[in-house]
Amino acid sequence: MAIDDSSDDINLAELDDKELSLQMQDDLYDGLNNEIAEGTSILLDRGWHPQKVLNEVLVEGMRIVGVDFRDGVLFVPEVLLSANAMKAGMSLLKPLLAETGTSVIGKMVIGTVKGDIHDIGKNLVSMMMEGAGFEVIDIGINNPVENYLMAIEEHKPDILGMSALLTTTMPYMGTVIETLDKENLRSETIVLVGGAPLNEEFGRAVGADAYCRDAAVTVEIAKQLIEERVSQHQQSAIQ
Amino acid sequence: MLSAASSALIICCGALAREIKTLIRLNQWYHIALTALPAELHNHPEQIPEAIRQKIGEGRKQYKRIFVAYADCGTGGVLDQVLKEEGVERLPGVHCYGLYAGESRFQSLQEQTPGSFYLTDFLVKHFQRLVVESLGIDRHPQLKSLYFNHYTEVVYFSQQPTEALLLRAREIADQLLLDFTHVETGLRGMEKILEQKIPLRESVNLSLNLDQHRRVV
Ligand code: B12
Repeated sequence: MAIDDSSDDINLAELDDKELSLQMQDDLYDGLNNEIAEGTSILLDRGWHPQKVLNEVLVEGMRIVGVDFRDGVLFVPEVLLSANAMKAGMSLLKPLLAETGTSVIGKMVIGTVKGDIHDIGKNLVSMMMEGAGFEVIDIGINNPVENYLMAIEEHKPDILGMSALLTTTMPYMGTVIETLDKENLRSETIVLVGGAPLNEEFGRAVGADAYCRDAAVTVEIAKQLIEERVSQHQQSAIQ
Repeated sequence: MLSAASSALIICCGALAREIKTLIRLNQWYHIALTALPAELHNHPEQIPEAIRQKIGEGRKQYKRIFVAYADCGTGGVLDQVLKEEGVERLPGVHCYGLYAGESRFQSLQEQTPGSFYLTDFLVKHFQRLVVESLGIDRHPQLKSLYFNHYTEVVYFSQQPTEALLLRAREIADQLLLDFTHVETGLRGMEKILEQKIPLRESVNLSLNLDQHRRVV
């Protein structure tokens, strides 16, 4: 993606919708909070629905960031800066989205497992899931199984997400899933796991519904699994 | 660093090279050669297994025995898969902090204070490059709190501490606005593993040598 050094000189308000969207995606890529906040306000003033700003500009921009992170073009600091810029836009959109009562696709509780305090990936997943229309309850870092159980009881989520970045903390996901099983909560909760050292095989071995390589994949898989669940419920209702 | 006279090769992480070299010298393990991969790979652990496979391939041409001085290091078991295919062993454990401190001591420290950031002599010396610059904190100081907001203290596991290293380690803790703890681990943990894993032909009285060295530093 072109890095536009002259973005300081660009008057965002003078750009047409298409140019502005593309410029904002560039600004998101470069982690420019103020520009994202300004661009978001301009699009809203022009009558864009907040959901449209979110999907077509911010989520799409972060998708591009995600692809370049995966391919090694961007590294952690750039991703963090982009995520911060997205937050600047989201903070303007969130209250409006709540007002418009946009329907929620599903609910997710997400947290980093016990012994682990890495949270950048988890935060990114939370943000992208929110961007995609999920309600996300983030229970933070270093979570023992009790925290997950409490959150499930309180929020009754469709999805439980667990993150781990340390080889030592990955196996704890298995402990949480076993406990869900014992408490008869497993079948009603979709379990997604992620974190750099994990892989698909590990996800299967601990009994998760899916391992997700990154935030974009998480959104796709979450939507797909929720859809499957809805159609299963419909079928069993018919029978 | 490769030497034709040696019969065994240690392929190590750059973060351990100086320490292993010290052990080779102190113990007069003249038959052991050492080659290192850049410590920066830690920030891209997915690249570690193949980089090591390549080094093993190169080493095979010259050495009868090869040992890999890496832990799992965030490769999530992929390094082990490669090493199994190559028939080569590695350091036990998941990272070098546990190796230096001793696994059980490391575990209990970690449980007591989950918000610890660990330093070794190497990391103290290269903190600026490997953490501050690599994670973009120099260019974007606002990232510091995003990275470290859940941390409460810096724990310095020292191998061969000097006044200068201790001072720098404290400075790092101050810079991160975290408490500071110093735990002297020495090199014995690493030395024991190498003694077990590599045939120590020509080795001499190890503890005597190390004691002499410690008096010097
Ligand atoms: C940034 C970083 C840090 C930051 C953490 C900042 C923070 N607030 O999280 C700092 C510098 C503080 C740090 C500290 C430590 N770290 Co660190 N860290 C990293 C690094 C470089 C990047 C991780 C990251 O944030 N990536 C960016 C995000 C966007 O990617 P991600 O986490 O993979 O998340 C994506 C996917 O995995 C997925 N995903 C993630 N979570 C979830 C959850 C769900 C539900 C789903 C569906 C998907 C999903 O989607 C995300 C978005 O696309 C990694 C190396 C690496 N490249 O992975 C080491 C790494 C994880 N750290 C490591 C280590 C050892 C440590 C320390 C122990 C080092 C020390 N000196 O003390 C401490 C931890 C101390 C402790 N008490 O636990 C090791 C782990 C090794 C091992 N064997 O386990 C690694 C692998 C580096 C290495 N090779 O040695 N670290």
